[in-house]
Amino acid sequence: MPDLDLELAFFLLLNIAAGLVRVVRGPTPADCMLAVQLFGTTGVAVLLLLAEAQNLPALRDVALTFVLLAVLATVAFVKRSSGGRDDES
Amino acid sequence: MSEIALQWLSAFALFLGVFFFFAGTVGLLRFPDTYTRIHALTKADNLGLGLVIFGLMLQTESWTVMLKLLLIWLLALPASATACHLLARHTLRSERRTGAPARKDLR
Repeated sequence: MPDLDLELAFFLLLNIAAGLVRVVRGPTPADCMLAVQLFGTTGVAVLLLLAEAQNLPALRDVALTFVLLAVLATVAFVKRSSGGRDDES
Repeated sequence: MSEIALQWLSAFALFLGVFFFFAGTVGLLRFPDTYTRIHALTKADNLGLGLVIFGLMLQTESWTVMLKLLLIWLLALPASATACHLLARHTLRSERRTGAPARKDLR
């Protein structure tokens, strides 16, 4: 069902585009990082759907990398904006 | 016969998964503060990803591809949970530091 996969991938892409509104409006930097989290999860789903629809198995490896990069981006943000001191609670 | 049933089940799982992604996006845009947005994203989106992956697993024939898809989801779950906790803790601490709760932006 390549057609259905492609249509669903397109709809998820629209979801990502809608998530950009939160980056623009988001009152705190943490809200902008939430959009990164959205891109991570939704982007993985888009890549997996495309890998199936277009018969490109390499995109699955790209998706695997995306999962890791999204969480690393969040970790880097939290680490940096807390000034590197993470000892007190 | 069972081929057609598999295709219908796959399409159903895909649609349900995409619906959960949509719900996550709506939550990100409409919920009033950072904590609820974290909640909407990291839960609804991971369930959606799981359902999409399940639907794709039903479409493929090869075992290795199935296993890889499953592994991607199993990696996505702890990754997203970690990001969720880090962001929530960061928000809580910066609220304590500045004394301004994130709920101020209720509209």
